[in-house]
Amino acid sequence: MLIYEQSRPGRRAFAQAPKQRPALDGIPSELLRGAPPALPEVSEMDAVRHYTRLSQKNFSIDTQFYPLGSCTMKYNPRACNSLAMLPGLIGRHPHAPASHSQGFLACMFDLQEMLKDVTGMRRVSLVPAAGAQGEFAGVAMIRAYHEARGDKGRNEIIVPDAAHGTNPATAVMCGYKVREIPTLDDGDVDVEALKGVLGPQTAGIMLTNPSTLGVFERKITEIARLVHEAGGLLYYDGANLNAILGKVRPGDMGFDVIHMNLHKTFSTPHGGGGPGAGPVGVSERLVPFLPVPMVGFDGHDYNWLTAKECPQTIGKLSAFAGNAGVLLRAYIYARMLGREGMARVAEYATLNANYLAKRLSDAGFDLAYPRRRATHEFIVTLRRQAKELDVSAMDFAKRLLDLGYHAPTTYFPLLVPECLLIEPTETEAMDALDGFVEAMVRIKGEAEATPEVVKTAPHTLPVRRLDDVRAARELDLRWQA
Amino acid sequence: MPFIPHTEEDVRRMLEVIGVARIDDLFDEIPADLRAQPLQHVPEGMSEMEVTALLQARAREDGLPVCFIGAGAYDHHIPAAVWQIATRGEFYSAYTPYQAEASQGTLQLLYEYQSMMTALMAMDVSNASLYDGASGLAEAVLMAVRVNRKSKSRRILVPRSLNPAYRQTVHAIVRNQQIELVEVPFDAATGRTDMAALEAHAGTDCAALVIPQPNFFGVLEDVDALTAFAHANNMLAIAVVNPVAMAVLRPPGEWAGQGADIACGEGQPLGAPLSSGGPYFGFMCCKQEMVRQMPGRIIGKTVDLEGKAGYTLTLQAREQHIRRSKATSNICTNQGLLVTAATIHMALLGGEGLARVAASCHANTVDLLGRLTTIDGVERLFDGPVFHEGVLRLAAPAPDILRSLAAHNVLGGYDLAHDYPELGSAILVCATELRTSSDLDEYATKLARIMAARSQAKCPVEPKFN
Repeated sequence: MLIYEQSRPGRRAFAQAPKQRPALDGIPSELLRGAPPALPEVSEMDAVRHYTRLSQKNFSIDTQFYPLGSCTMKYNPRACNSLAMLPGLIGRHPHAPASHSQGFLACMFDLQEMLKDVTGMRRVSLVPAAGAQGEFAGVAMIRAYHEARGDKGRNEIIVPDAAHGTNPATAVMCGYKVREIPTLDDGDVDVEALKGVLGPQTAGIMLTNPSTLGVFERKITEIARLVHEAGGLLYYDGANLNAILGKVRPGDMGFDVIHMNLHKTFSTPHGGGGPGAGPVGVSERLVPFLPVPMVGFDGHDYNWLTAKECPQTIGKLSAFAGNAGVLLRAYIYARMLGREGMARVAEYATLNANYLAKRLSDAGFDLAYPRRRATHEFIVTLRRQAKELDVSAMDFAKRLLDLGYHAPTTYFPLLVPECLLIEPTETEAMDALDGFVEAMVRIKGEAEATPEVVKTAPHTLPVRRLDDVRAARELDLRWQA
Repeated sequence: MPFIPHTEEDVRRMLEVIGVARIDDLFDEIPADLRAQPLQHVPEGMSEMEVTALLQARAREDGLPVCFIGAGAYDHHIPAAVWQIATRGEFYSAYTPYQAEASQGTLQLLYEYQSMMTALMAMDVSNASLYDGASGLAEAVLMAVRVNRKSKSRRILVPRSLNPAYRQTVHAIVRNQQIELVEVPFDAATGRTDMAALEAHAGTDCAALVIPQPNFFGVLEDVDALTAFAHANNMLAIAVVNPVAMAVLRPPGEWAGQGADIACGEGQPLGAPLSSGGPYFGFMCCKQEMVRQMPGRIIGKTVDLEGKAGYTLTLQAREQHIRRSKATSNICTNQGLLVTAATIHMALLGGEGLARVAASCHANTVDLLGRLTTIDGVERLFDGPVFHEGVLRLAAPAPDILRSLAAHNVLGGYDLAHDYPELGSAILVCATELRTSSDLDEYATKLARIMAARSQAKCPVEPKFN
């Protein structure tokens, strides 16, 4: 039932609003609204019950194993939330003067320094609000760099076919053409194809390493050399940074710019679709172009660095300084992990992925790249099951929900048919992984014996399989009385 | 090990299953010369107890000053239930609802959010959020250029009275697509967009006109005239509005009869704490016929295979994960948790509650402006009607006055000198419903004392203003 359907005229949560409604003196009547907007009219308890019940219809990390590949659904420590919500921090106005901001700015400055260290980049801006905005900042900086040098003919960004959809979409937002290159059967980028598209029109390349195929790009040093020789720059999509945190640094691989998804690697909550945070780090040559504001330290005080101090900046990407509350949560997490904890993230995420991959392979599932080492995630392809049993990856995914597991990422990357991209993260114990293997084996058995059970799953959730086609054809996007 | 549950025995068994001796062997595909050296600038790990002490100390350092700054972020009461429910793990630690059947809580909530926003804005459809008000306006501008087939120019008319941070953000985001922002000046007396200057653009080819309500000075624009101008000249009308103000002001869907085409803005006043400027959320609504050009997630109602109602992500063919380089935007993760809070916030306040908040902010600000302008050397700069902010001109340098106030734990306003040097020493002040009568007294008393001390120190003979 919708909150609107519980609405009763005249009912209100009386404690929550001012006691009076003062007259709107001085505002001309033609600017005033006739009647208040038609929002629900409910009591406080109505609202609390309704939204508490809605919450119970969600899968989440706090309630289920959530091996959603490329999303790094690891445990979000509760301390990060409660400390970021301290009154002095959540009550701070973004335009508060430096005299009332030293505590907050110190956290932001420390975070910039730590992110520089783990990525091997020269300088970091915390501004971008999410991964895709970090990508935008990165490609806009590449463009600003070429323009500042008077190098005008570069109008192409190279993107491997395995890349996240945000990569080509970002290149277009920055005014570039997208040049796609293929991936080899072993999961590495096709270097010969890369050589074929590199040229004076190349502005740069966007790479994720480890790639979305769950393997480390072994020829990265050669790729970096080739792109740089052609006059292009290298963009690192940090979606998979969890796999190499503290073990390998994108700066050392030759990347010129990187974005990090703090809501993945630094364990800030995904919130049902955000907020994220997508800080960018750059090599020396892109430093002047970083988005503002950043936090500086003069040895005594912390201060904002704006377009005044950074005249070549690509500018502002939001009204203030990005998702500060998310950055605080990431900062608190990073302080709890500490130096020794960073590399441990990559180690145990990789251990879990390789263990789970091996167990699934032993149980009769096909790995997409069986001869490669898994990184923090790996791909199972159900092509064989789809052909022999007419049961798809989507069917497996839906049946997993019945068994209490959130489904892995399905049908991405696009180049592996019937795929499940599985990322267990370091915060799951071996028992949880074993339980997932059992569930997959059970579904495989069902697919052989009683395929209808799998093909019509889920059976135990608040709704059965939903009609997406109807949703798009007969648009119903809001409640109407 | 913090947040890693493995026992030594687990690790031993797992390595045995994989068939390697050590965890480090799992990194054997990475070229040896790329292995990182030990980190230099990350300190040793802290326990929860230690990090709590650190953060408490830092939060204390910033104090809890009395805040009269608005300028795009507003200090409102947030019902306790809002964040207690929003931070339930089932909302807090879920992701984008790709698996609809396992995400009906988030999906139904987003559908309710879309219903509430369209009611508040009197528009046909709403998306499920963008990053913030400023970047949301950039998306609206890109959308207008896609939608307006009558215009070939890629020019957008933007009032100088629009929040300068929005103008800068929009410029940074759209400039690489050769979109030009053309500034329209404001009237020096009223603080409203200068209609005569706008008329100079009549008959020229522009894709859209941006219409703020209220504008950055807190002044209410003549939205009917502006919307009518846009439509008469084949431009889309893009409304940038404060959502709390819309509880009492005529909403974009009703402007000039046919309504604005796109309505967007900063969602922060609907349940997001100030939190140093984020996370907030950008909202966006539009007319029905433009929905396929809208960026961001959209939730639709549908049925399951037994005919039961349910909710799902829809019109995904607009989005980057399907459309890649031809998507309407690169946006993926948006601001889901803030929208969760906003939905609960709007349900708890209701239309009447939100109208009370809006009216109280207005009354408080009018009261504050009245009290402050009785002080020598403080006067109103514009005579246009305001919502919950106003501009004051000071007969002393604004940075000095604001610094003195801050030393007394009062954040007295936003200094306009950097963005509007033509206004001289001017500040933008705001008093939300949270500022009490004694807060207003405190501000007025302290400002009076500071102004008096300055005039005595500097002009012993002639303390008169102007």
